[in-house]
Amino acid sequence: MLQEQINITKKTSRVESKTVIKVTGLCKSFGKNNVILKGIDLSVQKGENLVVLGKSGSGKSVTIKCMVGLIKPDEGDIKLFDTDIASLNDDELNVIRVKVGFLFQNSALYDSMTVRENLEFPLKRHFKKLSGREVDTAVTEVLESVGLAEAVDKMPSELSGGMRKRIGLARTLILKPEIILYDEPTTGLDTITSREISELILEVQKKYKTTSVIITHDMSCAKLTGDRLVILKDGKITAQGSYEELEKSSDSWVRSFFI
Amino acid sequence: MGLVLTIQSRPTLAEFGAESWLPGMVALSLVREIAPVITALICAGKIASGIGAELGSMKVTEQIDAMEVSGINPYKYLVVTRVLATTLMIPLLVVFADVIGIMGGYAGINIHSDVNMVRYFSQVIESLSFVDIFPATIKTFFFGFFIGMIGCYKGFTAANGTESVGKAANSAVVVASLSIFIIDMLAVQMTDLFY
Repeated sequence: MLQEQINITKKTSRVESKTVIKVTGLCKSFGKNNVILKGIDLSVQKGENLVVLGKSGSGKSVTIKCMVGLIKPDEGDIKLFDTDIASLNDDELNVIRVKVGFLFQNSALYDSMTVRENLEFPLKRHFKKLSGREVDTAVTEVLESVGLAEAVDKMPSELSGGMRKRIGLARTLILKPEIILYDEPTTGLDTITSREISELILEVQKKYKTTSVIITHDMSCAKLTGDRLVILKDGKITAQGSYEELEKSSDSWVRSFFI
Repeated sequence: MGLVLTIQSRPTLAEFGAESWLPGMVALSLVREIAPVITALICAGKIASGIGAELGSMKVTEQIDAMEVSGINPYKYLVVTRVLATTLMIPLLVVFADVIGIMGGYAGINIHSDVNMVRYFSQVIESLSFVDIFPATIKTFFFGFFIGMIGCYKGFTAANGTESVGKAANSAVVVASLSIFIIDMLAVQMTDLFY
């Protein structure tokens, strides 16, 4: 029943023709002998869920970290909402970053703060005129969206891996981003929790009308969430298409991801 | 510090019949040198290592990156606050250490003789001048600034991995302690030039 509902959600999701992320000729190396990206060309449409697959060390995380300016590329252009991020100063980049959420692999919750403080922190810094009641309402709303309203006063150390992912997502959602970048959202979680997180990604996309780029090794997550999949190999995109298309690829290396 | 200094100095001064100089000597030594340097070294050990380890751990667990991608300047939130705190609070701690040290001196003197508290403190105040207090206080602001800055720098530049957190804390203490001696040396030279 739930699977059917999810499939319907995927099919009815509105992928608009407007490009919100455009990456052209992205190259990055760490030192002379450690070339990670050798010219990535990628575009993501508004409302689309793009899944990026690839072996460990293939540069998936580096790609999305370049997208938010955490890592400076050696070559290439990255445009978010038609704005070249390399041309922006720190303040201008921060304005763009508010519209781009990032869910880290280990959630990266501020461990000296409670869940409430974790959620309030970005909100209070970007919307200083919000009243205490408005902040409370926003916190409650995002916590309910991720199904963890009862965890509001807990410390991150008291949360399980799955709960940390959900709170990390809630912290991302509180700024109402238009794009969410997920860095291995289901890594380190059991099968059931992984599925719950994958379903949550779809629910979030439906509710907040976000565009998502999902880095994952988890093929069930890729199948469930991805409108389009791209596969990285040796710092380049070697294949892209829907899950079903890539599953039947003539390239045995591409097919090996689906076994 | 004051108590130990008094007990150690007393026999030498007694040989020259100069025991009455003891309050002034203890106060001068404490205010000019011992209290600022010892307090700063203790703070370098406790605060610089704490900041280095905390920020190093935040760096390793991507909490600083998380701050950055949510459009918040981590330097403003994590560095400015800590450096301001150390710059403003270490001078206060040094004043506190001065007072406690001078009280310790009073206790030290009274182990072997009976000196009236009012007389002791009036001698302490008489022996201290603006030239003793002002440069010594100014240098403590620099001690605080560098303790904060070095702790933050070491934390922010921690490499990936938990081992680097320990290294960040360790090197923060070493570099901050060394910087205290260098600043102290420069402060003494400059005080000599101007006064």
